[in-house]
This record gives sequence, C-alpha cells and structure tokens, in this order.
Amino acid sequence: MSDDDKAGSGFAGRLRRALLIAVPYLWLGLFFLAPFVIVLKISLSDSVLAIPPYTPTFDPSRGWEGIAAMFRAFDFENYVWLSEDDLYWQAYLSSLRIAALSTLLTLLAGYPIAYAMSRAPERWRPILLMLVILPFWTSFLIRVYAWMGILGQNGYLNQFLIWLGLIDTPLVILGTPVAVYIGIVYAYLPFMVLPIFSSLDRLDRSLIEAALDLGCSRLQAFWLVTWPLSRPGIIAGCLLVFIPAVGEFVIPSLLGGSRTLMIGKVLWDEFFANRDWPLASAVAVVLLLILVLPILLFQRHAERQQRRAEE
Amino acid sequence: MDTAKAPPPTSDASAALPPWQDPAAEPLIRLENVTKRFGDFTAIADLSLDIHEGEFFALLGPSGCGKTTLMRMIAGFEAPSAGRILLGGEDLVPVPPNRRPVNMMFQSYALFPHLTVADNIAFGLKRAGLPRGEIAERVAEMLRLVQLENFAHRRPHEISGGQRQRVALARALARRPRILLLDEPLAALDRKLRAATQFELVDIQERLGTTFIIVTHDQEEAMTMASRIAVMDHGRLVQVGTPEEIYEQPNSRYVADFIGEVNLVEGVVTAAENGRLVIDWAEDAAPIVTRSDVAAPVGTRVTFAIRPEKITVGAEAPEGAANAWQGRIEDIGYLGNLSTYHIVGPAGRRFKVQSPNRRRVARREFSWEDRVWFAFDETAGLVLTE
Ligand SMILES: Nc1ncnc2c1ncn2[C@@H]1O[C@H](COP(=O)(O)OP(=O)(O)OP(=O)(O)O)[C@@H](O)[C@H]1O
Ligand SMILES: [Mg+2]
Repeated sequence: MSDDDKAGSGFAGRLRRALLIAVPYLWLGLFFLAPFVIVLKISLSDSVLAIPPYTPTFDPSRGWEGIAAMFRAFDFENYVWLSEDDLYWQAYLSSLRIAALSTLLTLLAGYPIAYAMSRAPERWRPILLMLVILPFWTSFLIRVYAWMGILGQNGYLNQFLIWLGLIDTPLVILGTPVAVYIGIVYAYLPFMVLPIFSSLDRLDRSLIEAALDLGCSRLQAFWLVTWPLSRPGIIAGCLLVFIPAVGEFVIPSLLGGSRTLMIGKVLWDEFFANRDWPLASAVAVVLLLILVLPILLFQRHAERQQRRAEE
Repeated sequence: MDTAKAPPPTSDASAALPPWQDPAAEPLIRLENVTKRFGDFTAIADLSLDIHEGEFFALLGPSGCGKTTLMRMIAGFEAPSAGRILLGGEDLVPVPPNRRPVNMMFQSYALFPHLTVADNIAFGLKRAGLPRGEIAERVAEMLRLVQLENFAHRRPHEISGGQRQRVALARALARRPRILLLDEPLAALDRKLRAATQFELVDIQERLGTTFIIVTHDQEEAMTMASRIAVMDHGRLVQVGTPEEIYEQPNSRYVADFIGEVNLVEGVVTAAENGRLVIDWAEDAAPIVTRSDVAAPVGTRVTFAIRPEKITVGAEAPEGAANAWQGRIEDIGYLGNLSTYHIVGPAGRRFKVQSPNRRRVARREFSWEDRVWFAFDETAGLVLTE
C-alpha cells in the first residue's frame, strides 16, 4: 500500500491531507490577498491630514458597530476622480506602450542569447547561466544609477562614440524614452532569457534533425519546430517582463526624466509628494485590474487550446 | 528457424545475377573506407560497403556496434571522419540532409510534439511542395497503412508507444524517398501487426522500388525480409551476405553465434582428405566426420558449428549416420511447433537439438532423463577456423 492510500483513509489521513493543501492557500491568503484587501480598503477611503492619512480607519474596539460605520463611510470618489483626469489615462496608456515595446525588445535581445546558451557545449552551460544571473548580485538601484553614468551627456557611451569619430556633439539619451527602453531591456533581460533557455534546453535535438530529414532548410526547421516548441518559454518570459515593466518606477524616474510619463511615477508622486494614500491606492487597484485582465484572457485561451488538442 | 529462411535470391542459374554479384553493376550507395570517430572513440572503423538499387538491406549487430551511426552518416547528420560516401557515383558528404533523397525513421521516433499525427505525416510532403489534395490523399493512405485512421488528430503524447512508432514509420514512408533508413522500425509492435507491417514494407518496396536499409534486433525479421544482411561488430562488418549465406555459411564463430541458435564444438583435426575432415572433440568419443572446403591441416584447432535443427534424436542409433552419440536428456523446452532438447553427450558436453512436434505433448516420445541417440550427417555442420 502506498503512502497516498494511507493518507486517504481515516480521519487522521484526511486531516493531514487538508493541512497539506491548506499551507499554500494560507500563504497566498496571507501575502497576496490580505495586502490587496488593505489597499482596496484604503482606495475606498478619504484623504485626511492625520496618521494614517486616511479615514475611516478600522477600529476593533467598537466591535460590529465600528465595522458597519466603516463600510458606510466607503465610496468610489477616488475612482471617479481617476477616470475624470486625463493624466491618469495617459499615464496608463503610456506605461502599457512602453512596457509592450520594451518586452518586444527584450525578446529580440533575449531569444538569441537563450538560443546560443542552449547550443553551447554542455560543460559551458552552468557558467553561462551564472553570467545571466550575475547582475542580481548587486543592487538593482545601483545598476540603474550606473546607466546614468553611461548614458549621460558626458557619459561613457558619448565619450566612446566621440572617440570613435562617429559623432561630434554628445547625444541626448539620458532623460528620454530611449534611456527607459535601454534600462528596462537591461534590467529584465534575465527574466526573458531564463524561461526561454529552459524550454530550448528541453528540446530534443533529433526533432531538428527530423525536420531537416523531411526537407526543411535550417531556417524552416527553426521556424516550424524550434520556435513553436519554445513558445511556452517565450510567453512566460514576456509576462515576466511585461507585468513588472508596466508598474516600473525606478527606471523611468532615474533614466526617463520628466518627459517620460509612467504610472509607477504617478503612483509614487501621489503617495509621497501629495500624501494622498486613497487616490494612490485607487491607482494601484486599477493597475492591478489592467494587468490581471490580459493574464486571465491568456490563460483562458491556453486552456481552450489545450482542450481542443485533446478532442 | 526453418520457417524463417528467405527464398534464396541466389537460387539457380535461371535468373540474372543479383546486382551484388555482378561486377558491372553500379551500386546506389557506396561506402568507401568510412571511419567515424567521436573524440578518441572509433564508432565505425574503415568500413566499405555497396548497397544496390531496390535492395532490402538489413544491419544486424549487438547494441552499440555502430548501426545508428552508420545510418546517420547516410542521412547526413554525421560526417565521416575519413572515407567517402557515394550516391549513384557522386560524393554525398557535402550534401545537406534536406537535399538528400533519403528519409530516416529515428530510433527515438523524433515526432513533433506540437503537431497532430496527421500533421506529422504531412510535414515532409508540405516541404516537398505537393498540392494540398495530394497531401491529404497520401496522409490518408499512410494512416491506413499503419492502422491509425482513428488517431489522425491526436498529438504524439496522447498515443501509445507502438502507435508512435507507426507514426514515425508513416512519416518516413510518406515522402517516398529513393532510400529509406529504418532504425528498428517495428521493435515496439505486437507480433501480428509486425507481420502485417513487414508485408506492407516488402509490398511498398516492390511497388516503388525503394531501397531499404533497416536496423533490426529481430533475426527472423532480417531473415524473412532482407535481400542481404550485414553483421556488424565494434564498428566493423563481420560478414555481408544473403540470409541463406549468413545462416548456412557463417564465416566466423561470431556470426554463427549471433544468427540463430548454434552448437559450437571445439576440437582438433586428426585427418583431412578429399574435402573430408575428422575432428577429435572429446576423449572416448567417436570423432566428428564432416565435409568441408576449409583448408585445415592435421593438428589445426577448429570450431565445429551445427544448428540445433540439423541434429536428429532417436531411441536407437540411426543406420548409416556419419555422426552419432548417446546422451541423456537434461531439459526439454516446448515451443509449440518445436521442442528443444538439451542433451548431455560424451564428456559432459551439452548439445541443443530441435525437432518438430509431430504428436501432442502428452504423448511425447521422450522425457527427462531418457537416454537417447543424437545424430547428424556429414554435410550438416560447418568448420570454422577463426
Ligand atoms: N555523438 C556521439 N558521441 C560519442 N559517442 C557516440 C555518439 N554517438 C554514438 N556514439 C557511440 O558510438 C557507438 C555506436 O553507437 P550507435 O548509436 O551507432 O550504436 P547502435 O549500433 O545503433 O546501438 P543500438 O542497437 O543500441 O541502437 C556507441 O558506443 C556510442 O556510445
Ligand atoms: Mg541504434
């Protein structure tokens, strides 16, 4: 009799199984759902000059009466405000655009890297993987600061280009969207490379040989076999880059200057400059909804495809 | 084993010579002193071989002897370290795999996991630029051939191992190449389906004139289907010949032992005259008397090989048999149509004897511990000097 069967029989077994299942749910509830509920609650509150800077606050000493009073004080004022001001919509749209384009650029840069890694001799691969992960060993903030030194008017890049004689006057890169793209591609490249590498690494080489054998050129074999079979890695990589890039704050504020409008910066300003926590929370909730929607749609699509394949 | 023997293609003078015996015949594929090394390991060692148009050529040999490597070189996935591969007289080595008129069925099947069974089969046809109608027709024909009509829309991970093997076979056959390389194409099929597919392969070959090169671990399969068999060992060809030659005239202990069952008796030649050898093999036992073309002077150590089915068992010594000894039945193996007797003969030597079951088991002539005579005539065995 296997352990599985034992766990399934009797009360103790059922309890143990329930506990096992409960642990991940507890984790999710504690660290994902609870913070979201708190943010949602703040977004329905009103801003005041106090600590904390919103009202109503949850007061357990007044019992049920207190909770009821709190719910009565909730309203959607902040969401209405959001939808009426153009600034927010433009910030959302601009963030999505920048995130989408930089995801594409990261894919274009990351795929060849992952491909080359998967084709490298077996004993080299751990070293190459290490190199991809290496940047994580220093602080994200410091690495973005380093790019300011590279991209600035007197930065290394301009000095290098002038030294090469390609340009006479320094290029203005820092403080433009171009710098933001460079920063995002640089910072998120490992998140693109690693899932693509893992799907390419699993790919059976004899499939490529079979494709060649059946009359494909190398390019056709790549397009008809390698590419579709690495699609799960591509999709995972794109989601891993796109989602954090939409809400990115550090890169646009350090490299993008005032001309780059992104929702992460707006959020920061509302929180810390205006101290309007309820409005900032509303911005965050809407951002979450904007991101959750495409993910859910994608999952539905993937499931439907899976089911169609099984028919 | 008798049933497994192919109709001898070299039978008599009626037909023209088979191409491999005709010195004027141009081979379809010629391997010239081909060597393949992986690092300092030699997988194929100085191998030369001609394969002719329309042949059904079987590669036989133990695991790791280089059969797959040989096929991969013909398909174009490995370049020989030395030597040349010619197709119709032209050097094949610089031609990339997709330009060779060769299709290979992979030992690992290598089915495309993201495509359905039908799309896997259609894959090569689409690359060949066939019109859609013809592709659909060809795919349907292939599905029928491998009996997978009902699985056309499944993915490879949704079918069984044997079904996958059939898809791989269908995919390789679909393009109707001049040369088909099949790496253990039928290993995972049940006996009945295997027999049917063997029949179909022979039929395809006769209809389309395809040249088959097939790796198999199943001797019976090689015997029934092949025009010629190559027995390999450690990257070398040990013997190349028709099934009949390989079975009846193995050139070495290795081949005799590898193909079918055989009794190998070591002894010393004590007399040699007029193509007749007398071999002493056990003290106090009559010597083996056999006809042989082998030049083995008196005193040579030789191995005498005799197939189990060439030995007869009887309650009394048969009259006029050149070789007959008495022994004790140690074990009986029942194989349905045949019985295998393990007989302990003179000097404790064990002999395997196979004879057809003419009666039901309950009324078998002999049983355990019976003392019997076993005998064979002068031409039944073979002398190997290697
Ligand atoms: N790419 C390779 N690198 C190193 N050694 C290899 C390589 N391919 C094959 N070999 C070696 O060459 C030898 C022959 O291999 P091959 O695959 O041709 O054997 P095979 O006769 O097909 O065996 P099997 O019957 O088990 O399929 C083996 O010892 C194998 O380890
Ligand atoms: Mg093999």
